[in-house]
Amino acid sequence: MTIRVIPCLDIEDGRVVKGTRFKQIRDAGDPAELAALYNSQGADEIIFLDIGATYRSRKITVDVVRQVSNCVFIPLTVGGGIQSVEDMRTLLNAGADKISVCSAALADPSFLTRGAEVFGSQCIVLSIDAKKAGERWRCYVKGGREDTGVDALEWAVEGERLGAGEILLNSIDKDGTQSGYDIALIEAVSERVNIPVIASGGAGNLEQIADAVRFGKADAVLIASLLHYKTHSVEDI
Amino acid sequence: MIGIIDYGAGNLHSVRKAFSYLEKDCLIVQNPGDLAKVTRIVLPGVGSFGHAVTEIRKRNWFAPLRDWLTKGRPFLGICLGMQLLFETSDESSESAGFSVMEGTCRKFKEKKVPQIGWNDIEIKKYSPLFAGLRSRDYFYFVHSFYVVPRDEKDTRAETFYGSYYTSVVGRDRIFGVQFHPENSGDKGLRLLRNWVERC
Repeated sequence: MTIRVIPCLDIEDGRVVKGTRFKQIRDAGDPAELAALYNSQGADEIIFLDIGATYRSRKITVDVVRQVSNCVFIPLTVGGGIQSVEDMRTLLNAGADKISVCSAALADPSFLTRGAEVFGSQCIVLSIDAKKAGERWRCYVKGGREDTGVDALEWAVEGERLGAGEILLNSIDKDGTQSGYDIALIEAVSERVNIPVIASGGAGNLEQIADAVRFGKADAVLIASLLHYKTHSVEDI
Repeated sequence: MIGIIDYGAGNLHSVRKAFSYLEKDCLIVQNPGDLAKVTRIVLPGVGSFGHAVTEIRKRNWFAPLRDWLTKGRPFLGICLGMQLLFETSDESSESAGFSVMEGTCRKFKEKKVPQIGWNDIEIKKYSPLFAGLRSRDYFYFVHSFYVVPRDEKDTRAETFYGSYYTSVVGRDRIFGVQFHPENSGDKGLRLLRNWVERC
């Protein structure tokens, strides 16, 4: 098994954007073009996160998924605002291979189980937006704006039990900073669950990516800023 | 014409799109009566062995697919679709698969399950399915169970995950791959093209 390198494209109204600590959002390009570029550079998978909260943005995301999946044959994960099994079906039919859920699962944990029963656990990625609080981490929702008070480590364990097949672990503290992954968070989750953990938030250089795997025991690494602004290519990694 | 069997399990669209991209005619077959239209069958599938067998039987797919296989007509099983070629699975001891290859399916014990991600194959026995491909080529896997063929001649390639297991089987015109060629980039597309043009 190799460690997967997964470019993440945050999408709003059909454009790739990137923020810092979930704020100060900048335009970073056309999703189909970037997906094709990363595919040609050897990306292992691609994740699209629709960060626009509007109905219009969602509809465009479905079109983007359809367009990308017609020409890119690596696994596509899509997330952002998924509220129902029907939402999942719409995206899967458009060409997504996996669905990432965050807020809706925290609001109703049985959502993970329902999704897994219909589409299989391999299709359900539990996305956790975690922010440090003392010695532990808490889960945030609504794009990092709202503290749920739920302990991130306990939620990861619960998520696996409920049917999630992978955990996408985002550090809000590190998001977009390119200052290194939150290794302690990744390690704490990795040692508690038996499903793959995708480390996200903070990739700034190749050494930090290696550290997430070596010390954090991540199964995959998600990267965004580092790639979109062409500091590095997927091949470098 | 390639028929992709729809028995309610698995994402058929990525398989269909891969064939469309390769400009190979294919259709999703929902009704066993439409099998007359196709000359090759792809059986995809994710989820559990027992659930798949139940769905296949409920939708009256079992007898026509078994008939197709016993006649040795061109067939490609992907992931669970490969496991269904065998007799049984530890996943559901009371359900029998198509049993055209002898053996069972076991669960990984040494490593995290499911295995999700890219892993390489070690070609054991050449097949036209591998034209232009070689050992050490990587493919995308998502599975918790693996096949254990009783006849080692059925094994065409192996993969290492804690220990070596069979990741490609082939006998005459019947093939099974444990990975998802439709999600495995250029190598996966090459394998699908080989299957259509050479197998």
